Amino acid sequence: MSLIEITEVRKSYGTNEVLKGINLDVAPGEVIAIIGKSGSGKSTLLRCINGLETITQGAISVAGAQLLDDEVHLKALRLKVGMIFQQFNLFPHLTVGGNVILSQTVVKKTAKAEADAMARKMLDRVGLGHKFDAYPDELSGGQQQRVAIARALAMQPIALLCDEITSALDPELVSEVLAVVRELAAEGMTLLMVTHEMKFARDVCSRVVFMHEGRVHEIGPPQEVFSSPKTPELQQFLGVH
Amino acid sequence: MIEFSTWDILRNLLLATRWTILLSLVSFVGGGAVGLLLLFLRISKRKMARAFAKYYIELFQGTPLLMQLFIAFFGLGLFGVDVPAWLAAGLALILWTASFLAEIWRGCVESIAKGQWEASASLGMGRLQQMRYVIFPQALKIAVPPTVGFSVQVVKGTALTSIIGFVELSKAGTVVTNATFQPFVVYGLVALIYFALCWPLSKSSQILERKLNVAHRNH
Repeated sequence: MSLIEITEVRKSYGTNEVLKGINLDVAPGEVIAIIGKSGSGKSTLLRCINGLETITQGAISVAGAQLLDDEVHLKALRLKVGMIFQQFNLFPHLTVGGNVILSQTVVKKTAKAEADAMARKMLDRVGLGHKFDAYPDELSGGQQQRVAIARALAMQPIALLCDEITSALDPELVSEVLAVVRELAAEGMTLLMVTHEMKFARDVCSRVVFMHEGRVHEIGPPQEVFSSPKTPELQQFLGVH
Repeated sequence: MIEFSTWDILRNLLLATRWTILLSLVSFVGGGAVGLLLLFLRISKRKMARAFAKYYIELFQGTPLLMQLFIAFFGLGLFGVDVPAWLAAGLALILWTASFLAEIWRGCVESIAKGQWEASASLGMGRLQQMRYVIFPQALKIAVPPTVGFSVQVVKGTALTSIIGFVELSKAGTVVTNATFQPFVVYGLVALIYFALCWPLSKSSQILERKLNVAHRNH
């Protein structure tokens, strides 16, 4: 039984079709890396899954919640999938704790004390419990990204979408974020990540999706995709001949 | 002929200044409330609401305040509605102020990084919740200096209401001049009082801008 079902999804900006019929089923607990050149549609695909982009055709569902373009359905869907962004997008006017508490109290109507406890638990989990009262601009990029992960986790999603979450980080900060993601994967969280970290994809992911010109060009377990790429496009992308 | 001392003149002008201040406050507060409503329409997802707010703003920004006052004062009279000067003045100024504040605030809301909308949306927040908890608190900081700055325009705008017979500072100036035949002294004092009202507002707008120095604090 698939957790995320993506069926014949098409997406156009005007006459420019960026997704040309995507099919992808993700089982619970799977960790999927989506790789490909920029402009291949990988970020767009990820953003379609939680409705940040509207799809032109096709269907997407997450654990039975259909992607439909109205606030009630979108909310139900977004409670099941969290998302983490390249630019962190923490709320700069709130403390770290406030960032993690806000959506719990506002969206889920969780009591303040309970939300507070959950926030502390999640911040501890990403190793930032001691930064509870700090403001985002007092943190390093890696720390900010870990807060963003804690913020998404506090909503207890069943899957997480990660959109190039280490691309805006200094090289020495990448590993602390990836360590958190690795732990999540080990705990059985379903992850869909657009990434340029090939080594990480090879080590952690259960399947790798190579996207090219709006299509899933090649898909398979990492050993297969990375060691014996079948299509010339993937060979060129990976730099093997 | 009766002699008027400078104190007589000033005292009468200051008494009328109360009405200038009251009218300014009413216009600003009322205009702020209507402006907020317009702002919501202006950035709404509904095309009709957006179009309505857009045309409203264009209409009120694109016609002289004086014409708006005339229409409020005389126009409604044509329909047999007897509009007192204070009501026409208050109404026109509120609607005029709203059109400018809505547009100032729209700029502030749109200056908030798109990622803030996306992050709050992906956490499941509805549009009103995003506005209230994420966008407005940030936009507010940016909006304070230009909003306070615009209040100066409102204070000066009240001078026009003298033409439809509302007795505020400018109208009082005319009345006192007619009695004293000292236009230079009277209007000089009127100008000074306006300056005393407006200058602190301009100055505090500048100070707030420096204090809240908020540009580029979005992540």
